[in-house]
Amino acid sequence: MSVLELRDVVVDYERRGGGRVRAVAGASLSVDQGQIVGLVGESGCGKSTLARAAVGLVPTAGGTVHFEGEQVTPLTRRARPRRLVRLQLVFQNPYSSLNPRRTLGSQVADGLEPGSRAERDAGVRRLCELVGLPAAAAQRYPHEFSGGQRQRIAIARALAADPSVIVLDEPLASLDASAQAQLANLLTSLSRDLGLGLLLISHDLSIVRHVADVVSVMYLGTMVETGPTLPLWTLPAHPYSEALIAAVPRPDGRGFLPESLPGEVPDPARPPSGCRFHPRCAYAFDRCREDEPRLVALGEGRTAACWLQPEGSIPAPPADRAANIAGTAAVE
Amino acid sequence: MSLLTVEGLRVRLPTPAGPVTVVDGVSYEVEPGEVFGIAGESGSGKTVSMLALLGLLPDRSSVEGSALFAGRELVAMPRKQLREISGRELTMVFQDPYTSLHPMLSIGRQLTEHIQKHHGVGRGSADSRAAELLADVRIPDPEAALRAYPHQFSGGMRQRIAIAIALACGPKLLIADEPTTALDVTVQAGILQLLDRLRREHELAVVLITHDLGVLSAIADRVSIFYAGRVVEAGSREEVLQQPRHPYTRALLEALPHPEAAKEKPLVAIGGAPPSPGSIPAGCAFHPRCSFARDDCRSEVPPLVQVGGRRLACPVDPFAT
Repeated sequence: MSVLELRDVVVDYERRGGGRVRAVAGASLSVDQGQIVGLVGESGCGKSTLARAAVGLVPTAGGTVHFEGEQVTPLTRRARPRRLVRLQLVFQNPYSSLNPRRTLGSQVADGLEPGSRAERDAGVRRLCELVGLPAAAAQRYPHEFSGGQRQRIAIARALAADPSVIVLDEPLASLDASAQAQLANLLTSLSRDLGLGLLLISHDLSIVRHVADVVSVMYLGTMVETGPTLPLWTLPAHPYSEALIAAVPRPDGRGFLPESLPGEVPDPARPPSGCRFHPRCAYAFDRCREDEPRLVALGEGRTAACWLQPEGSIPAPPADRAANIAGTAAVE
Repeated sequence: MSLLTVEGLRVRLPTPAGPVTVVDGVSYEVEPGEVFGIAGESGSGKTVSMLALLGLLPDRSSVEGSALFAGRELVAMPRKQLREISGRELTMVFQDPYTSLHPMLSIGRQLTEHIQKHHGVGRGSADSRAAELLADVRIPDPEAALRAYPHQFSGGMRQRIAIAIALACGPKLLIADEPTTALDVTVQAGILQLLDRLRREHELAVVLITHDLGVLSAIADRVSIFYAGRVVEAGSREEVLQQPRHPYTRALLEALPHPEAAKEKPLVAIGGAPPSPGSIPAGCAFHPRCSFARDDCRSEVPPLVQVGGRRLACPVDPFAT
């Protein structure tokens, strides 16, 4: 069984002035030991909300979240249950997630097991080394570090709790390319060396492609496709994944103009009928407007929620399948 | 003749610790109808060098050098005269479409105010011109959009509206400062396509400032790489991005995950951090992070010289072909 397992998670928000918004509408996801899972999708698709639900920061309205076999319960005013300590979260903004008035050492030491001063100092030194910061950094304050270094501090603080899974919400946003590269390499080596499971939420698809072992693609509160990273990138089964990947610019100097996806993410309070993606989908046909497709298993460890990819079939380019369907319809 | 010729532009900004040089002698030309890309890490002076042209720097800043725009010198031009040019012939769109529009004014008001002011036309014709502009940047139902407020639009749509406002007076040059950084890739692609179409249809020159070399690669004709307030390499998009010659340009490209590269290859990060303005290293500002640095790199600022089809500020030139 996976270390972190989310099944059909539903998260509702109250909207100001009444009304409910279903930010996550039945999403499933699992993270294994030593595995990096990338979660991608446009802003407003519910990926950050799902990340928060995964660690119990927001209450769920349905579905289950299990960590190391036990149910994750929403955070209350009481202390977080001890068994959840090994499930950690790193926030997007390292400028606001660290306390500006405390030294790095004291903030990192918060997560360590209580011990003598010398033990704590040794622990802080070890964690600094683990994330590639000089041991002398422990005496300094957050403002003395760059954005990339602060994000390392945030990761060191999460590592202090000896976690088995870390959920990272856009950890690479707002960093320069070089700092991004350093952090991406760090995440890969931490996962490999410590057997850490990482759930990496990011809107930067190139980085996710580079770092993640498996990828989940989310659209308007539901998962539309999951699969091993490279096969999914080479042959996206869901039209939405295909569109996302086609929109990524390439720094190769060739003047390739990425393709845009027409339309906008609809209001989650009023999702479209049938497949939630159908109003923006180039291949949508009648069934897509009426029936919502379930996420079904395809061959090669892939899943997709699209009427073009029948359960158990080998994933095929959406355009080919759509052409077939159009052909059959014409014959009939 | 070039539309914009910048030569030896030097900008000092006031700080509590005294003036700090943020732009240190940059030179470039922008041709009519081209997309000229400026890339560099945060703090490399790319935005400040543009704000200087528009007279948008804080008080007590000093600007030296020359910036000829359509034959007129912008540096040291009286503010009133500069106001006439900027906003009409020379306009700018900013990174954050959430703060660059006024939240309390309707889109129509923000657009027509601009048109009425600069063109001296009446309300009715300004309204129809505004609707045309919104249609031009592909805002669905432009008539209704004129009566709406910024919060009713998504980030991508707001950026389109900001571009429409910038286009209102038929500018010759549009400065776009990280116009897609706050947007999703799917929306970013739409804005890039829009800029590409506008420059074709309106013969508009665009200066595109970005930290994202993928974005530059999509639409820039020529690019200029900034480091610590200086240009280190400049040339055609193909030349600079396909065969980078400056160690910094090369390092920047190697730090990026390539969408077709093998997965196992770790990304190559640049050692160290970019210097902050006010503590720029002597000689070539990149030398402390450069594995090819020689003694002269540590003492002399390398001049930007013509090397083949490009300009390069690296006497070592380790990647010469």
